[in-house]
Amino acid sequence: MIGRARKILMAATLTLGLAGEASATDAGNWDAVVAEAKGQTVYFNAWGGSENINAYVRWAGGEMKSRYGVDVVHVKLDDTAKAVATVVAEKAAGKNDGGAVDLIWINGENFAAMKREGLLFSPGWATKLPNWRYVDHETKATVLRDFTIPAEGLESPWGGAKLVFFHDSARTRKADLPDSATGLMKWAEANPGRFSYPQPPDFTGTSFLKQVLIELIDDKTKLQRPIDDTTFAADAAPLFAYLDKLTPLLWRQGKAYPQNYPDMKQKLADGELDIIFAFNPAEASSAIANGELPETVRSFVFSGGTLGNTHFLAIPYNATAKAGALLLADFLLSPEAQLRKQDPKIWGDPTVLSLAKLSAENRSAFENLDLGLATLRPDELGPALDEPHPDWMTRIEAEWIRRYGAAN
Amino acid sequence: MGRPIRIKALQTGSHGLTTNTLLALLLGLPILAGVAGIILPAFGYLPALGGLRFTLSHFAELAGQPHILRSSLTGLTTGLATTCAAVAITGTFVAGFAGMPAFSRIQHLVSPLLAVPHAAAAFALAFLVAPSGFLVRLVSPELTGFTRPPQWLIPNDPVGLSMVAGLITKEVPFLFLIALAALPQLPLRQSRQLTAALGYGRLSGFLISLWPALYRRIRLAVFAVLVYSVSVVDVAIILGPQLPATLPVRIAQWTADHDLGARFLASAAALLQLAVVLAAVVIWLLIERLGRFGLARLTYSGRRLRNDGVPRLVSAFVMAACAALIFLGIAILGVWSIAGLWPFPNALPAKLTSQTWLRTLPQLWPALQTTIALALTAAALALLSAILLLHRNGADRGGNGPRYRLLYLPLLLPEISFVFGLQILFVSGGIKPAFGSVLAVHFLFVLPYVLLSLSAPWRELDPRFERIAAGFGRSALQILLTVRLPLLFRACLTAFAVGFSVSVSLYLPTLLIGAGRLTTIATEAVALSSGGDRRVIGVYALVQASLPFLAFLIASLAPQLLFRNRRAMRT
Amino acid sequence: MQQIAKTRPLTLADVTIRLAERTLLAVSATVMPGEVLTIMGPSGSGKSALLAFAGGFLDPAFDASGRLLIGKVDVTDIPANRRHAGILFQDPLLFPHLSVGGNIVFAIPPSIKGHNARRALAGQALDEVGLAGFFDRDPETLSGGQKARVALQRVLVSAPHFLLLDEPFSKLDAALRQQMRELVFSRAKAAGLPAILVTHDSADAEAAGGRVIEIGGEEKA
Repeated sequence: MIGRARKILMAATLTLGLAGEASATDAGNWDAVVAEAKGQTVYFNAWGGSENINAYVRWAGGEMKSRYGVDVVHVKLDDTAKAVATVVAEKAAGKNDGGAVDLIWINGENFAAMKREGLLFSPGWATKLPNWRYVDHETKATVLRDFTIPAEGLESPWGGAKLVFFHDSARTRKADLPDSATGLMKWAEANPGRFSYPQPPDFTGTSFLKQVLIELIDDKTKLQRPIDDTTFAADAAPLFAYLDKLTPLLWRQGKAYPQNYPDMKQKLADGELDIIFAFNPAEASSAIANGELPETVRSFVFSGGTLGNTHFLAIPYNATAKAGALLLADFLLSPEAQLRKQDPKIWGDPTVLSLAKLSAENRSAFENLDLGLATLRPDELGPALDEPHPDWMTRIEAEWIRRYGAAN
Repeated sequence: MGRPIRIKALQTGSHGLTTNTLLALLLGLPILAGVAGIILPAFGYLPALGGLRFTLSHFAELAGQPHILRSSLTGLTTGLATTCAAVAITGTFVAGFAGMPAFSRIQHLVSPLLAVPHAAAAFALAFLVAPSGFLVRLVSPELTGFTRPPQWLIPNDPVGLSMVAGLITKEVPFLFLIALAALPQLPLRQSRQLTAALGYGRLSGFLISLWPALYRRIRLAVFAVLVYSVSVVDVAIILGPQLPATLPVRIAQWTADHDLGARFLASAAALLQLAVVLAAVVIWLLIERLGRFGLARLTYSGRRLRNDGVPRLVSAFVMAACAALIFLGIAILGVWSIAGLWPFPNALPAKLTSQTWLRTLPQLWPALQTTIALALTAAALALLSAILLLHRNGADRGGNGPRYRLLYLPLLLPEISFVFGLQILFVSGGIKPAFGSVLAVHFLFVLPYVLLSLSAPWRELDPRFERIAAGFGRSALQILLTVRLPLLFRACLTAFAVGFSVSVSLYLPTLLIGAGRLTTIATEAVALSSGGDRRVIGVYALVQASLPFLAFLIASLAPQLLFRNRRAMRT
Repeated sequence: MQQIAKTRPLTLADVTIRLAERTLLAVSATVMPGEVLTIMGPSGSGKSALLAFAGGFLDPAFDASGRLLIGKVDVTDIPANRRHAGILFQDPLLFPHLSVGGNIVFAIPPSIKGHNARRALAGQALDEVGLAGFFDRDPETLSGGQKARVALQRVLVSAPHFLLLDEPFSKLDAALRQQMRELVFSRAKAAGLPAILVTHDSADAEAAGGRVIEIGGEEKA
């Protein structure tokens, strides 16, 4: 019975000339994707720790429902790796279709792991999305290379990120602020206990380690390649010498660390910390708007540059609603959705689109966004330092835990 | 002479044994399977990740993890410290005050604590005692001179003292209520009079005459406290040491590690956690033995120890402090949920706003619906099963019989060790993460508590009511439905509320088995707690804490309404 | 309301009850309809165990041998709920979740059908002991004597084959006790029921007016 049904289907597809495409959802055939997506439910696995981001996802879900008849369920994660774990468990159980995860908010090592294990929907689909034509892949190299790993269209860019520091101008004078990792050390010596970073492997915390590593390593090009075991100790030596000196100057002498960025934000508000940092330039403004930080908080960067990267959306190989996931990824890339995303009153995440490629109307909408009094303008953000190869992150995290992971 | 016969007890059906063995197996098997689900990957077998050969390398890798010994030991010592303290406080308090007016006052104060979910209680404590917390704010800068928070290492101190404190506030009420249920089975008044007449102090008199019998009855609960405290994840994240974190927290991190190979490591570590729990149990058995020895010494020494005022007062103070801290903490959570900017050292926020609630409620609503639906169904199913089990076997065996031991497995095995394995099992079985599968796991955790809660009143019901009804020719089922259940109506409702509260507070099972598709207040709250926003945490913790209270409120009000013309049924 | 014709003698044939290898009592007796057999003995003598044996709810910790006959029918292995034993305990044990009338209706055999018929019968039973109009009352609001009378009527409407009286007067005050003794024994006789009374009060035995078997200590009946 099944065999015969399959033969009939085969014959049908052959006569229609769709062989090889009919079996899989294909971003190249967009009308078919839109038709297939109607009525699907997309389980969007995304970090759920920030209420304004959750509200943004809710808005996108509402639009998807009214425009395309696609239901979006935001599966709120405290750690993206949990979604990866779900796909792993499903693969372990031989569940090669009908998976629980349809779309993941992802980048860096999670992407590298899923790509390596063949857990991603392939071949590349991101560059076939209709809205890809607006993406700035010429000047934003991180759109194509995620932590140096080629994206190869297996994930669609969603937003930019850049390391930005915050301080309370009522407590800390602008003139005293550090302008580099070395400057930060001097500042910490003068103000012991008033700086810290989220405990690695927290994402923001390791970003700080990478920032210091990039500033202090002798040859920055080494960071674009996987680690060379023979030179790793020497390469990382400046970083750990720096941390050895910094640790006793940290909040609680490095015997405890903030758990993540929002924890640091709370501690800035409480007066426990004086300098904090985030991977989103608009964080300070939105925190002020939410009453979480006083209005006197301002942003600053290092003139030598700070870490910058892109975050993406990926579809697992066994996703149930692939068409719906493609449609959602494309919608989130649209100028309309990206404009909302960059609006600090809503989220405040820098766009991945090129303003030059947009219509005049959309361009001026972006240019007229009120970024808020604590947010630096794009031209004040300074140079972006490329993310090192994921290898570095893993090794430095491990080394950090070995050295500083047991407080006495 | 007639042949010797044995009269069968009224309720023990001849098929009781097999039915119950089957039921216990049905419930116990998934748990054992869950354990198997971590054993295979621990020894390298997980085909999806290329693990096809049995190997010990993952244990070697585990041994190579930095500070793994310290992580295991802090978990072990905090768990043992919590259990020792909780048993000592509960024991001293019961010994010192059982039968006195103060006893029931404290009892009313402490009982509601049981319903507060662990995570909410931990947050409440953290919001109070942190250097930037409410207590320091209250006296700053006037008394302390602090204009900025002091650099004290609490919570999250490396030794885990804050974690022990947090656990004690929850485990003491638990043990206390278990002891309370067991107390009526003991000849309290007679023993009190006897030992007092012999000149013993209240504490020593109780210890010598009643403690061994009381301890026997609460022993299972003590082991549940021990296993829970040694393996706890959420409280450890909020209050426990971070450098390094305790082993269960690190396992939770490894199960979610970006490096997929860490699944093997996590499985090996989950086995290690089982070993740690086993070690804790062995140590506890030694402590029990020491305790017995000490008690025997005390008994034979004949010392009266009449001056026991200090330990008695300390235990009463700690009991009251547990309640005061949690309730004040929850109040502070509530204030945070409506706070605008609230800088240190202000004792109260500069501005109040409903913004957080308005922002959070639309998102909270679906999770709340799922939570309530899950909790209602799980509690109802568990109550039904508990009634069935007790009806078939009677309460005495229901409480302690060997056949029921499997039911307590969810309490006596570390969650992290078998729920992770269970997840693999569910997915392997092609079971989609849906309401049904999450409900099944909730049922596993809820049933033991419901059974615990119901078996004492079941046992205490005067058997003569049923004998009279049997004399009227009523069948066993009729007697159950028309006599026993109506008489135990309040106890059933309370057991239901207990089950409801347990379900509401379940985090790890919901997260792993629900695969994120089923969000409850618990999973949402912990997901948001990683975002650290005190205002939103305030909203969620408040909602999570109020659900069980609502359940208990209904459980205590419903008999008042239904039996408003039956005085004996209202108390 | 009880037909004497239906009642038959109750026979305890070589009934021996042991606890942990120790023989507590051994009894052989036939109790005729309308007769009260009194078993007297101190507490712990096993007299309550004998009642439990007769009622069919003896704790499995006890070992019992011998037979229990109603008329010629051996009911030793019949479960409690098919023996039709009417039991009165020390406490009235009215079901607290039912009304006074509900307690009586609950005991009426299912053979009497129809809500109104059952209610009328219960009302009549209350009337007989001077409790007319008490049907809808909460049992908890009754006095001790009223409760005892309801308990008695509740047993009698259930059409028992025999009565088991477990010190039913011991918790009543002296005046009330005398009153209840008369009421219980006269109604049991009127109903022609064989009854076993267990007590340690010799005044009970006197009032019962039947045979007395003393057990306990070294004595054997």
